[in-house]
Amino acid sequence: MQEFIQTLVNGLTTGALYALIALGYTMVYGILKLLNFAHGDVYMIGAWIGYFVMLAFGGPTDISVPVVVMILVMMVVAALGCGILGVAIERFAYRPLRDAPRIAPLITALGVSFVLENTVLLFFGGFTRSYQSEDYINFSSGIHIAGVTINPVELMIFGGTALMMAGLQLLVKRTALGRSMRAVASDREAAEMLGINVDRTIAMTFLIGSAVAGVAGVMSGLAFDQITNTIGFLAGLKAFTAAVVGGIGSIPGAMIGGLIIGVCEAFSLSYISIQYSDLIVFGILIITMLVRPTGILGQRALQKV
Amino acid sequence: MSTESGTPDDRQAAGEAATESRTSADDGEQPAAPDTGAGEQPRAPEAGSGRGARIGVDSWVAQSDSRLDLGTGWGGSLRRFDRRIGWWPKLALGAAVGVLAGVVITNIGVQQVAFNAMVYAILALGLNISVGWAGLLDLGYVAFYGMGAYGYALLSSTALGANSTGGLHLSAALIILIVTIGVGIVGLLIGLVALRLEGDYLAIVTLFVGLAFVEIVTNFDSTVLGGVNGIFGLDPLHVLGHQVTTTKGYYYVALGLVVVIAAILHLLDTSRTGRAWRALRDDTLAARAMTIPVNKLKVMAFAFGAMVGSVAGVLFAADQASVSPSDFTAAVVILIYACLVLGGAGSIAGAILGGVLITVVEQMLTSPTDAAYLFYGLILAALVVKIRPWRYLAAELAGIVLFGLAAHAIVSSISASAVAGQPGSGGRIGSLVSGWVIVPANAGTYGNALFAVLIVLLLVIIRLHGIWRLVVIVPTVYVAACCWESRLVVNPAVTTQIMIGAVLIVTMAARPQGLLGTRRVEVV
Repeated sequence: MQEFIQTLVNGLTTGALYALIALGYTMVYGILKLLNFAHGDVYMIGAWIGYFVMLAFGGPTDISVPVVVMILVMMVVAALGCGILGVAIERFAYRPLRDAPRIAPLITALGVSFVLENTVLLFFGGFTRSYQSEDYINFSSGIHIAGVTINPVELMIFGGTALMMAGLQLLVKRTALGRSMRAVASDREAAEMLGINVDRTIAMTFLIGSAVAGVAGVMSGLAFDQITNTIGFLAGLKAFTAAVVGGIGSIPGAMIGGLIIGVCEAFSLSYISIQYSDLIVFGILIITMLVRPTGILGQRALQKV
Repeated sequence: MSTESGTPDDRQAAGEAATESRTSADDGEQPAAPDTGAGEQPRAPEAGSGRGARIGVDSWVAQSDSRLDLGTGWGGSLRRFDRRIGWWPKLALGAAVGVLAGVVITNIGVQQVAFNAMVYAILALGLNISVGWAGLLDLGYVAFYGMGAYGYALLSSTALGANSTGGLHLSAALIILIVTIGVGIVGLLIGLVALRLEGDYLAIVTLFVGLAFVEIVTNFDSTVLGGVNGIFGLDPLHVLGHQVTTTKGYYYVALGLVVVIAAILHLLDTSRTGRAWRALRDDTLAARAMTIPVNKLKVMAFAFGAMVGSVAGVLFAADQASVSPSDFTAAVVILIYACLVLGGAGSIAGAILGGVLITVVEQMLTSPTDAAYLFYGLILAALVVKIRPWRYLAAELAGIVLFGLAAHAIVSSISASAVAGQPGSGGRIGSLVSGWVIVPANAGTYGNALFAVLIVLLLVIIRLHGIWRLVVIVPTVYVAACCWESRLVVNPAVTTQIMIGAVLIVTMAARPQGLLGTRRVEVV
């Protein structure tokens, strides 16, 4: 039972991170109908930015400011860096292709993803770096329930994810920017005719999605310790699966989907098989697509002719 | 399907007349006219392809040649000549060039590159069926390649025998037959899943298929599939007692297969099936409305692509005499995409050209001397093509050289150690540029910073126009050269990967039809 709950907690942690990455996918997909393959790599770059901010504050052992402040700064810098990166990718890679055949921006996205991954490889080499978060965070503190520990990083991930999800939901539903996002998502040309600045709206979508992915990168660095140039690929793939399972275009859907994928993965890791856990996620994706292609909270898109 | 209005001879004459009048009328530079731009084009009266009426061909299709704007100048003449000769003389010419290359090349390393180029040409040809023709973004294509390779490995080694002895050692022809049919069936099954998925969903599912393949061969029954190490000790290709043992032999086999596959694919492309694929690529809904069996065609595209990919896998495994899961990663599928996109999705010649070009470039990057020729040659070619008139070009080139000399002189007068490093390029160019580029002794971080600066400069250039663009190109080329000499050429593997990604991005932005493809216009 204890193991069961611990697995559940681990799964929810991973799932929350997947949900944060899935947000970027789901927002971009909702608005542009573009599967942004580079999004997973934006998350990876967020983790690297956080790592270097940590080094700038005196490395894992000799930190010059309170740890909470450092972590906040890591997240803010990663969010800013990734946000700018996301906007630049949109501006220079996707915007010229907005009216091209659907397959063209997808291929570009593959190229962007590949370039980002290998630029990091060129800069920092292929070996793993470690956040060494156990040096400055006490993992045995936190909440203890029935022999299960929810450590401070996990608490931070749950809290941060809930906060960001709620904030985004408010942003999309209540603000002018959110209204224009929904308008562009439902009909770009009509939105343009009604005076909405489509380019700016899309750029803001990329900014927000990428910033959230950057924060997720820092969180995953703190939680899982190891970063390489390739962590973005699989995480991005699973996050997209989460977005699809939850219903693409829906923010609560991304949350639900992320948690489902995370929990399924954690249980298959500890109870079924370590090697095949990715395949199990894949199986969930296939089943979702065959049974309910719109996902849990998605709405069926009418095909306009 | 009504075509009959006039005898074949009338139609031919009329067609030629129409072509003549159109070429003289369209002097202005126009991009190749879209096949679908119906309204604007003056409709040529009843123009056939010059070979008379084709039975069973709709008149719109029959007239498609006359609606093409081939352009003027020597490029136009070349395109017109290209359309006049049939497909098989072109294929024969290509094959002759290939055979000639096989005769001329004696260096075994270069022969290996030529063989790899042929393998990638086959891979690009197979991918072209689903991506270029049917418009299905198949990111799991590498799995079919891998299945072909593992299929050959299992059937031609001791893997299926007990206690590492025995096993099946079938002949190559039989293996190719078994493997292509087997992988074709797998492609069929994956295609069945694909039926329910539109564009991007299909991409993600197939990407998972590719990953799943690697995971399965890594983890499943390592006594047979060998786990991480894969299977080794495969037989060379052998047919009826003849064994292929030399690299040159493998090259000829691969070349022959490229020719055969290209011929089959050409016939497929011009058949009803080929046209239906393109119809469903351009507008699935309209294609369905025209009673085209969309589902059947999608599955067919997957299955055919899988079969061609598996042939490449067989060749690869036989030549290497071993297979391992690391040969079939997601990076490989992106490489194949780069081949196809660069050459031109939808074009058979383009796929072959792309495969050859990417392989050759990849190989050149590994040698510092060749890499220097490639890098500076490409920059020079780009400047020559893009900058007109020639006075500007001369000023630009002089500006770049002088800028570099000045920068080098200033930096070396401030600090001698800042220019103490050796440029990474070898050969004549390496010694030529050593007094021009700034390479400090320990160039790692410096090169990284330059790479970041270079990307920013490139993005700035995209936004600039006119004279300012020419001005900014000067420092950009210089920064590119310094970065190249200090960082990129030292890391050929990473540089290749970045280049492959850049090929995808740049081709899609600048020339989505690739080098040899036909331009497509989205139907609204």
